[in-house]
Amino acid sequence: MVTSALFFLFAGLAIACAISMVYHKNPLYSAISLIGVFIALSCVYVTLAAPFIAAVQVLIYAGAIMVLVIFVILLLNLDDDRPLNRLKYLYGVGVGLGLILLVQTLFIFYAVARTPNHGVEMNESVGKTLSIGTAMYSEYLLPVEIVGVLLLMAIIGAVMMVRRLNQPELEKVVAEELTRRNEAQEIGDYRISL
Amino acid sequence: MEPGLASYLALSGILFTIGATGVIFKRNALGMFMCIELMLNAVNLTFVAFSRYYADVTGQLFVFMVMSVAAAEAAVGLGIIIAFFRNRISVDVDDASILKN
Repeated sequence: MVTSALFFLFAGLAIACAISMVYHKNPLYSAISLIGVFIALSCVYVTLAAPFIAAVQVLIYAGAIMVLVIFVILLLNLDDDRPLNRLKYLYGVGVGLGLILLVQTLFIFYAVARTPNHGVEMNESVGKTLSIGTAMYSEYLLPVEIVGVLLLMAIIGAVMMVRRLNQPELEKVVAEELTRRNEAQEIGDYRISL
Repeated sequence: MEPGLASYLALSGILFTIGATGVIFKRNALGMFMCIELMLNAVNLTFVAFSRYYADVTGQLFVFMVMSVAAAEAAVGLGIIIAFFRNRISVDVDDASILKN
């Protein structure tokens, strides 16, 4: 009963924050509403007996990604009142797509609620950090390593995209760095040469 | 009593619908980016709900993978937005209609 009440409380909070995110024109208000959605969803994960995912949700989404987004919003210093010049038919498309998705959601709700409940298997170890870590480093080792490579590619891509140097400047910077390293190596200080 | 699987799927579907309509209605590239994050979160909720109701840890591992991809997407996407802002002094997607400068 308590779980049910908490679920409906946080589900309502998540939906309200999501609507507020789409409604607000100012990107900063949208970002703060989105943080509300993430925190409400993390509480929903707790009602699903997944404490590790709940903690990671707060750490990565609310803690890392949204801080980055808010940092960019404040850095760019956007003004939000621009004349509306978007293609008009997109509004019809948006409303139609939203209605179709909503009908599908209701259909799924109806279909799943009608099927006889096979009962929750009360395996308390699922969702604890130990079970996730064991599965991650035994059965799913290769996907985890691929994710590591993906993150490295994302870092390199982000740096390449945001750098402002043109080719001669870049060559100059690289040459300076190389001479600095060579000098440090001649001195014999390995900490600097790294 | 606990809320059934259908309740979690309905919440996930509603959040996904809000995110999908937001991508179409928003004109701001940052707003569209945040709507995509919301859709990713809605999918994560289905993974965790099925993981709970089948007592299988694979769903939660997939959530971990999705979060990594979302972090990579945040880094690259915000880089693209900043590079675009430098060229156009705007993050309005309507200004991104020309590929050559």
